[in-house]
Amino acid sequence: MRQGAGPRLKKHLTALAVVSVVYLGISAFVTNSYYQLILTLVPIWAAFGVSWNILSGYGGQLSFGHASFFGIGAYTVTLLLVHFGLTPWLGIPLAMGMGAVAAVVIGTPTFRLRGHYFALSMLAYPLAILYFLQYLGYQEVSFPMQRESPILYMEFSDKRIYTLIAMALLIASVIVSLIIENTRFGLALLAIRQNELAAEAAGIDARGWKMRSLIVSGIIAAAAGGFYACVLLVVTPDSVFGMIVSAQAVVVTLFGGVASVWGPVIGAAILVPLSETLQAELGSVLPGIQGVVYGAAIIAIMMWSPDGLFWTVRDRWFKPKAPEPIPDLGHLSPPPRPAKLAAGMPLLKVEGISRSFGGLRAVSEVSFSIGEGEILGIIGPNGAGKTTLFNLLNGVLTADEGSAELAGQQMLGRKTFEVCRMGIGRTFQVVRSFPRAPTIDNVIVGAYGSGLSDQDALASAVRALHMVGLQDQAGIAAGQLTNKQLRLMELARALAGNPRLLLLDETLAGLGRDECNDVLDVLARLRDEGITICIIEHTMHAMLRIADRFVVLDHGRVLATGLPRDVVEDDAVIEAYLGKKWLARQKAEAA
Amino acid sequence: MDAEILIENVLNALTAGITIGCIYGLMCIGLGLIFGIMKIVNFAQGELLMLGMFTSLYLVTGGGVLAFLGPYVGPFVGAILAAPVVFIAGALMHKFLISRVSGLRTAGSADEGHFGQLIVTLGISLILQNGGLILFGSTPETVKTPLSSSAILIGPFYGDATIFLNKARLIACGVAILVAIALYLLLEYSRLGKSLRAAADNPTAATYMGINVDRTYRVAFGLGSAITAVAGGLMASYLSFGPFVGFDYVIIMYSGVVLGGMGSILGAFWGGLTVGFVQQFSALILPPQLQNAAIFVVFLMIVLLRPQGLFGRSAERA
Repeated sequence: MRQGAGPRLKKHLTALAVVSVVYLGISAFVTNSYYQLILTLVPIWAAFGVSWNILSGYGGQLSFGHASFFGIGAYTVTLLLVHFGLTPWLGIPLAMGMGAVAAVVIGTPTFRLRGHYFALSMLAYPLAILYFLQYLGYQEVSFPMQRESPILYMEFSDKRIYTLIAMALLIASVIVSLIIENTRFGLALLAIRQNELAAEAAGIDARGWKMRSLIVSGIIAAAAGGFYACVLLVVTPDSVFGMIVSAQAVVVTLFGGVASVWGPVIGAAILVPLSETLQAELGSVLPGIQGVVYGAAIIAIMMWSPDGLFWTVRDRWFKPKAPEPIPDLGHLSPPPRPAKLAAGMPLLKVEGISRSFGGLRAVSEVSFSIGEGEILGIIGPNGAGKTTLFNLLNGVLTADEGSAELAGQQMLGRKTFEVCRMGIGRTFQVVRSFPRAPTIDNVIVGAYGSGLSDQDALASAVRALHMVGLQDQAGIAAGQLTNKQLRLMELARALAGNPRLLLLDETLAGLGRDECNDVLDVLARLRDEGITICIIEHTMHAMLRIADRFVVLDHGRVLATGLPRDVVEDDAVIEAYLGKKWLARQKAEAA
Repeated sequence: MDAEILIENVLNALTAGITIGCIYGLMCIGLGLIFGIMKIVNFAQGELLMLGMFTSLYLVTGGGVLAFLGPYVGPFVGAILAAPVVFIAGALMHKFLISRVSGLRTAGSADEGHFGQLIVTLGISLILQNGGLILFGSTPETVKTPLSSSAILIGPFYGDATIFLNKARLIACGVAILVAIALYLLLEYSRLGKSLRAAADNPTAATYMGINVDRTYRVAFGLGSAITAVAGGLMASYLSFGPFVGFDYVIIMYSGVVLGGMGSILGAFWGGLTVGFVQQFSALILPPQLQNAAIFVVFLMIVLLRPQGLFGRSAERA
């Protein structure tokens, strides 16, 4: 559980209990079977919305084709019953298993894609399945009437029981969603949604978490679909795999409030009765008018409340509480340090690393090493390949050739999050924060990334915030930090994973001189704590103050290495920075 | 004998693939502008196609103002004139609804406004479909032209193998190519095209360069709507359609744009052409119900193997 999860969970669960009791209480008095059907459909669509919300709301992996899982659930239950006489009581759990299998089968290739490509590919799956089922002749499959023991086959003459089961399904989904929200699962998804690369660099296995969220999502969606089939007693490909079904999950969630547990519930509670009533009241008078009104209603709400009702209502009528102070953990013990390396062995040893983009050799046979406790400055003109070098080292890019070893272990060929877990922290040239999350959560992501337990992660994050001096900003959303604070926050995030080596990419960029000095002081303190630092920087005077040694890159090659004083007087370096003419003139003046 | 039939089928699938593919290509260019370049997820694009069909229908048949053009010229003039009508509709749609959930308003926001766009364009799509049902009724319509029931025969080539070229489709294909070329030149060389590309690439920076980004987007959205509408008008000459026809094509359009590689106008055309080809060729070997499934399977395979699109070059930058 994450920090502050206890009271949050208690509040939500109380609300869930109250809502469920009231809802079931009302539905117990509804005798009209049509209204009872609406009461049953609301929790089903809400649960389907919850499932979409887990993948697309929390994780930001927009899926236009969630009907795949809904439909697979519906058809699994139906076909098992029709062909094998298997009761839905067993069919629905099996359908949930199928949902999980489908999630793995669909997710494995599709998670290679990002953004729009992912969203649209997801759209193609249910449609391909839809046409395939039509081809197989499953245009319309009805449930056989069970006269012997209907209850054994989930067929009830008292329609209120359907509502009861639907509600149980929804309650279970909401609880799953709450658990995700309040554990590292949710924080990992949040980090991935806001900035996948930063999450990876902080040690989060983005692909793994995305896959897990799709599996959970697929299971819930399949359960909703399976039960939907039981309620309607007939399935057609269009009614469970159609675009409208996928759209339903998206619409109820976005309308109610995306990335909130209550969003899909609120959305379904308003939209499902609205569309059904419109259908019944207006559909017969003027066919089509119900669609127009429904369309206008969802547009109107989006104009007024772009993030969904839940967030607008909350922001408008409920004052946000003052951020919780970070817990005082008393005496903070220093993090465990790995054993010292053998004398003379470098911490990082890079040999002949190269990478080309088309014809451009961005990094060419670069070799250097960093001793433990050293601060190595990497300098060079724009386009010298500095950032590319970092990207190669932490696995964002793959190297064409060469090797890089951290304390004797090969780093190349590993994924970004694996490199992070080896003990390498990374910051970015342009700060990559998780803007909506509080600073402390931004930093905890780094601690989770290195695999710490909840307790240790919190302690490590608090310690990191103290180290960079951001303890007072812990509760503020990262989006509100100043530039310097953001740089320090990113540093703290990298530190929270207890790295052995920090790769800092222009940490001082865009800072004023005083701010720059503050950050340099922090870096000096880190070195005293025994952390090795490799820093890319343009500002020469700052580098002269802090770096023990320089590596100069130009056009992807190492131009010079050595002590700062020697390097700045190296002719080749002056030429690379200031040009041949300057060098000639300087020589002439000196002579 | 068998070889003859096979050759005839393949040749006809080829020509049908080209003619229908070119019209699909034009249709995809419209979405390519809106989705590929401006990155607006527009689910109402199919309804713009439908609007193009009905505009053409009401202009040139029955008591329409252009009915005097007759059944030979009328359908194609009608298709082209659907452009200004739908342009205005699209520009208004953008001004009052879509601009609020896209472009400058959402640049740099958490999900770049995609969630809002989804809902708003789904809403527009629902309104247009059902509004269309109220206004136009549900009987399938077609812009009647004798050309759609006559063909040019080429051949015979091998034994009796002959190519049948549907005249309506052939002319529609020609018009589609001309419109596509005109649009390409406009975007490549005009001031509008340049400011559009700049505004799409980085709306904030474009504003600093003195580009009226809001207006540029509005024009581009109108243009994207109009182009798809022209394709709709052309299809109306050989296809029967109703208010819900957009549904069948919106996914074909997205497939085409993604296949072609996002952000490229020419790519969108090639993508649409590819979809047309796949559709026609799958008819040779697959039962009719699976033809549409084939499109999605090919789409998935290409996207998974070449995420940057068949004709796209740039991969995502890490």
